[in-house]
Parts: sequence; structure tokens; C-alpha cells
Amino acid sequence: MAEKFRLRDPALAKSITRKIREVAPKNETVKFCHVCGTHEWTITHYGLRSLLPRNVEVIAGPGCPVCIVPAAEIDEAVQLAQKGIVITCFGDVLRVPGSQMSLLEAKAEGADVRIVYGVADAVEMAKREQDKEFTFFAVGFETTAPSTAVEALGKPPENFSFLVSHRLIPPAMELLLGVGDLQIDGFVAPGHVSAIIGLKPYELFPRVYRMPTVVAGFEPIDVLMGIYMLLKQRAEGTARLENEYTRIVKWEGNPKALEMMDKAFAVTGGNWRGIGRLPDSALKLREELAAYDAREKFGVHVAQGKDILLGCECHLVIIGKIKPDECPMFMKACTPQKPVGACMVSSEGTCRVWATTATRST
Amino acid sequence: MRVDGSKAQVDFGEGVLRDVNVTLVDAKVGEYVLVHAGYAIQIVDEKDALETLALWKEILAFEKEQGS
Repeated sequence: MAEKFRLRDPALAKSITRKIREVAPKNETVKFCHVCGTHEWTITHYGLRSLLPRNVEVIAGPGCPVCIVPAAEIDEAVQLAQKGIVITCFGDVLRVPGSQMSLLEAKAEGADVRIVYGVADAVEMAKREQDKEFTFFAVGFETTAPSTAVEALGKPPENFSFLVSHRLIPPAMELLLGVGDLQIDGFVAPGHVSAIIGLKPYELFPRVYRMPTVVAGFEPIDVLMGIYMLLKQRAEGTARLENEYTRIVKWEGNPKALEMMDKAFAVTGGNWRGIGRLPDSALKLREELAAYDAREKFGVHVAQGKDILLGCECHLVIIGKIKPDECPMFMKACTPQKPVGACMVSSEGTCRVWATTATRST
Repeated sequence: MRVDGSKAQVDFGEGVLRDVNVTLVDAKVGEYVLVHAGYAIQIVDEKDALETLALWKEILAFEKEQGS
């Protein structure tokens, strides 16, 4: 499909980069922030940083849904697994460190932990094996939360429950603006989160914070175009909300998905690994669905976990404060084969993306 | 490829077929869908995709003339 629409067309990329050079400021440094693991992958994999002028920087914010799951919630999943409940989760989640151990380590000790492609597969398993209790570890941003909502509202079997760890992106973006010395000049807003939530939740960034914001897609042309649109706004001295990804992102988002999310979940405060507690940034199942809430059903509540190990600088990588190779452990003590921090575990983690791509620097 | 209630068979290209849950979208056979973890979360606006690309090219060409 990308080929069909020529979204990797080198000639087009070249003319956009030429325009980028024209509108980019000559002397001052500009720093744009994206908040999506897939954006980081596109930027790194296609070497887009090398196409930008030296004074135009693109940093990665908290865009990896797996990386920001706090250790306390991994601990809850491990505890459930140790109680004999089958834990179903996305593959990325398996190796994320908890306070004592990861789910993979729990599995090595005999717990039944299974990787699924999506929540529907987990529900199917529960239907097939009615003598066992199943919990789906629901990790992800607004892109994934609707699928959890569909199953939660779709009368899952009695032996099924959810350990909900969904988080919302706009509150994290707002947090970044409060990090004094980060000094962001614009946001590349995530494409697939926006496919669900639409553009409205980003309105406050240009209006309240005077922050240019462009929703962009995931092909190299999309990202370059997004950066060009941000630079153009800057050159014009304005801050607007723009949509580069019109083939997927509509102003209203996906109303059906939003309605189901609203029916299934209440918005609440939540902890983010490396960041701390953010108000109104997490989802939990509504009262009516409490019977499917694994925390309620099995009385598992972990208040505090050990998020960052000594020497690990994931907390700085997650907010874009440092680049992965500025962490002393990067590719030394912490590698994709033996990750120390969460950012090296998930395929969407900034460290992991950098580790698996040769051309990464500016 | 085929829609059956909440399930649809989706062609992922190169012969890969998979059942996808389409509860969240009103997809018709023949449309492109954006799939995330087994769920179609949006329909790809094919016409818009082509139009946008054409528009960009025009804008870039126009601005090039202006700039030179």
C-alpha cells in the first residue's frame, strides 16, 4: 500500500527536505518532540535525522506503551500468574522488568504466561479451557484500549478478567511542556492514537501553550512532511493544530471506538514508569464491569514498585531528556539480548529502536 | 475479502489472510483498513491519500517557483 501511494518516494522526500532546509531557522536550534514508538522507528530506520539540518532536532517522548507500564503493575501480573491464573499478554510485555521479576521469569518458574496477538485470542483461549482462569494484561495507549473495550463489553466468559494498564497520550504530552529545560518547539502528534481520539484533544497545545502541533503518519514522507509543517508554522510565527495524516485521522477520530471506550472505562490517575503519577492519564474498568477486573476479582493491588534500577537512565530516555547512547549502560550492560531497562525491551522502546538500527545519529 | 458480523477476513498482502475484528469500523469488502492487534481501528481513505499526495507535490512545486 505504501508503494501504491508512493509514500517512500525518494524524489518527493528530496523535495520536502529541500523545503525543510529553506524554512528552518538559520541560527537557533529547534526541537520537536514526537510521542510514538512507531515514529521513532520510522525516523531511525530511514535515517531521517540525517536529512534534517543540524539545528533541527527531533526527540522521542513517552511513546512506548510497554516502557511506561510501572513495575507495580508488572508485579500485579506476576502475582496473578503465581496464583495459577493464566496471564495472556502482548509479546513485548513479557520481558519488562517488575520489582522482583518479569513475566518471562515467572513463566520460567512454572507460571502459565502466554503471548497473544490481540485480546480476542485470549478470550478464545478462555472459552476453550474453561477449567482455568484467564487474565488479559491490557497494556497500550488509545490505539489498543478500544479492543479491550470491545471484549469487556462483549460479555466475556466467567473465567476471564482484565488487568487494565491502559494509558492516555495527551496528559503525557502536557507533562513534557512542564519539564523546564526540555524546551520543546512543537509536537509531532501520534498517528494511530489520533485515529481513535481525533484532533480535538490536542487543541489545547496551540491554544494554551502556543505549541505548533501536527498529527503525522508513519511513512518517511509523512514524518518529513510533518516536520516541514511544524517548521513552516514556526517561520510564520503561529501555533496551529494541523493534520498531515488525513487518510487515517479524522477530526472526530473514531466515534464508535470512543463510545465503547467511554462505556467500558473510567478515566483515573495513573503511574508511568520513569515519570510518576499523572492525573487523568489512565483507564480502569467501570463499576458495572468490576466482575471482570482482575485486581478486584483476585484482590491483587501493588501500590509501589521498583521502576528504575540503579544506573539505568530509562526515566530520562522516556521523556526525551537524553538520547539512548547518552546512557552509560546502552549497548554495554543493557542490550536487546539482555535488557536492563524497559526502553530496551519493547520493539517500540527508544533504546531498542536505536540498538537495532545502524544509522541512528544526527 | 469477506465480512461476517464482527469478523472479517483481511488480506495483509503477499497472500497473508487473517481474521480481524471489525466492530469498531463500518468496513465494506474492498476497502483498506488499519489493523491494530487484531482489530480494525480505521478505514483508510484511499481517495484522500491520493489527493493529499498530489496536493503536496503541487504545493512543493509552487513554493519552489516562489522561492526561486
